[in-house]
Amino acid sequence: MSHSHTKETDGPEVYFQYEDIEQQQETYLVGMWSFLVTEVMFFGALFLIYTLYRWKFHDDFYLVHEQLNWKMGGLNTLILLTSSFTVALAVHFAQKGNTKLQMRCLFATILCAFGFLAVKTFEYGAKIDHNLLPNHHFQYGHVEGEEEHHVESKWDKMLPSVLQVEKKEQHGNPQRARLFFSIYFTMTGLHGLHVIIGIICFTALMILIKIKSSLITDYVPTEMVGLYWHFVDLVWIFLYPLYYLIPK
Amino acid sequence: MSATVVGQSSAKPSEPKNYLNADHTLKSWLLSVDHKRIGVMYLIAVTFFFFIGSIAAAMIRYELTSPKGILLSSEVYNKTFSAHGILMVFQFLVVVVPAVLGNFLIPIMIGARDMAYPRLNLLSLYMFITGGFLILTSFVLGGVDAGWTFYVPLSTISETQISLCLVGIFITGFSSIFTAVNFIGTIHKMRAPGMTWYRLPLFIWSHYATAIVVILGTPVVAITLFLVVVERGFGFGIFSPELGGDPVLFQHLFWFYSHPAVYIMILPAFGIISEIISCFSRRPIFGYRFVAYSSLSIAFLGFLVWGHHMFLSSQSVLQGIIFSLISFILAVPSAVKVFNWTLTMVKGSVHFSTPMLYALGFMGLFVIGGLTGLYLASVDTDVHLTGTYFIVAHFHYVMVGGTILAYLGGIHFWWPKMFGRTYSEFWGRLSAMIIFIGFNLTFFPQFMVGYLGMPRRYHYYYFAPEWQFYHLLSTAGSTVLGFGFLLPALYLTYSLFKGKKAGPNPWNAKGLEWEYTSSPPITENFTQPILVTDSVYDYNPAEDSKMYEVDEEATVEDMNK
Repeated sequence: MSHSHTKETDGPEVYFQYEDIEQQQETYLVGMWSFLVTEVMFFGALFLIYTLYRWKFHDDFYLVHEQLNWKMGGLNTLILLTSSFTVALAVHFAQKGNTKLQMRCLFATILCAFGFLAVKTFEYGAKIDHNLLPNHHFQYGHVEGEEEHHVESKWDKMLPSVLQVEKKEQHGNPQRARLFFSIYFTMTGLHGLHVIIGIICFTALMILIKIKSSLITDYVPTEMVGLYWHFVDLVWIFLYPLYYLIPK
Repeated sequence: MSATVVGQSSAKPSEPKNYLNADHTLKSWLLSVDHKRIGVMYLIAVTFFFFIGSIAAAMIRYELTSPKGILLSSEVYNKTFSAHGILMVFQFLVVVVPAVLGNFLIPIMIGARDMAYPRLNLLSLYMFITGGFLILTSFVLGGVDAGWTFYVPLSTISETQISLCLVGIFITGFSSIFTAVNFIGTIHKMRAPGMTWYRLPLFIWSHYATAIVVILGTPVVAITLFLVVVERGFGFGIFSPELGGDPVLFQHLFWFYSHPAVYIMILPAFGIISEIISCFSRRPIFGYRFVAYSSLSIAFLGFLVWGHHMFLSSQSVLQGIIFSLISFILAVPSAVKVFNWTLTMVKGSVHFSTPMLYALGFMGLFVIGGLTGLYLASVDTDVHLTGTYFIVAHFHYVMVGGTILAYLGGIHFWWPKMFGRTYSEFWGRLSAMIIFIGFNLTFFPQFMVGYLGMPRRYHYYYFAPEWQFYHLLSTAGSTVLGFGFLLPALYLTYSLFKGKKAGPNPWNAKGLEWEYTSSPPITENFTQPILVTDSVYDYNPAEDSKMYEVDEEATVEDMNK
């Protein structure tokens, strides 16, 4: 058995607590998957809350969900799927040792992540303008003494016409609407936070590769960040149909 | 345990270097990734939080000596018992055994040089301290009055420092998740060659089961408490009844973690007891696989019983009966452990050393705590007993009588290994007895007064002044208990400077940590790679004559022959 400090003749360096590179790589992946189990439980509780409330208030949830722009959500799904592809390519090139292409793929992934946040900004901005942020300013449905509830939002107008959807009347119980938007903003907000953390991780990874840091010895760090990113992508794959595409 | 050292014995002379004197600078401690140093830093941190939590407990006990209350207003009393609960649960009981003894021992017991992710280990220490600091800050800025359970809607409308406190708990929660991820990676991948699963010490099995519970349960409570922060901070309404939300859903999510959390607290304690009983009975543990699998089944079943905290909520009777039934089934694996420990002692050569006294105390108190738990698991008796001091006494029997006694037993057992010094056996045994007596005097009267109807979380009982007798007994007991906790702090600290050198294996115990490392171990734990060839507990009651022999001359080189 080789001792920790003996450096392998060629191939990546092994940290002192491991016997060989194989053990190190496997251990890293075990840790990452354990952490992802944690993340699944973290979001799992939220999905449970969503499920119970939608089951209880299905009709209201259907009416309220028409306020969401399904085209924007679809665009974001497309963006995230693309980014999952680029990150998978990045891992592939990292394994092949092609640092140049790996870096390009990582950069493309970061661009996608920013694209996702940009789309989200338009969506959130419009919702806030329409007083749909579920705090004490929240206002939904027909208001006494007002002919028609109609607030314009600059975020809506800036959208190209392909992405605009037909304005729907605000039907349904306003209390349930506030419940709906409470969960909507919490879940998508937390997901957005994970996207931001992803951007930070990818940027850090790129810098560490660029400066040839001793922390990056092989492809495993890229694969770990990649796994995290696939998870973030997967959460959105569930969020999109559950919020934007509720069937009648 | 029999194991051999692989490769040639190195020609180097034995080095007196160990993990404690490898480097003396403050930076070498604060930025250390050595699991042993991190364990020692955790030891200091949890002792600090335990001390603060104990002060709150003392105030509660003092307040209750009079039927009308003496010192605290209702509001301050609420904040005091909240502080006691929050600190003791989140900053002490959940972390104490895994973070101190687990961190220190797991890599050594499985023959590894360090944890799988040493830097993550250090990060989790600092997250733990940050979380604790935020919680203490929230107390200083005005306190928290919603109890450690933070039930909505009280916790969303309360005007105390709940948000800050919850952020602290959230960070501490992720600290324990990272520790658990570390344990899982370490136990799966870092075992020495030949250290198969069934050769692992039971301490490792317990910690593995605990780590699984932590990674599945803690994120759920983290998000649940985070939702309370969101409700308070942004004005959202997720559990808000006026929007159609369900406050009982909060309780479900909270107890989905917090019931398994009691197994997070007790499972590592089981691991300690298995080691101690086996060592001081000089016999291999009885029914090794049963004890190992009972840990895993406790971890599994622990996730299916959370509803027994909510018999009086809006959950249906059918739900209540199902949860009650599973709670009864959960008593089986716990009983398997107690019976196996007892059978380990049969025909053994039992030595009543300090760790063994703690272990025996643990068994007695855990049995009382566990059996009274069945009263509470049964729906109809629970209706009478829930919300009374009976429940307070029950969980203190399990948490203090169980976890803390086991922790103290473990600290006394591995103290010579951790610091290379022995403590005074006389003071050790005396304090174990004082703690046992003080503990029973504190909490047994609470069973009685709780059965009579004394509600928990009240700071007066002027409507039933005859209960003062039980409260006085309890307060007297808590004084004895507090004194008992103070003694180990004193003589253990004393032993660091003046204690006799321990030698590598003062108890003549089995296991890699005793047989193949020096006391204290060197930074890399082992001088040479280890190959394990036989099972863990190859004790022999006949050859126990050398039990207390402290061989000052012994070095690692001698042991390795």
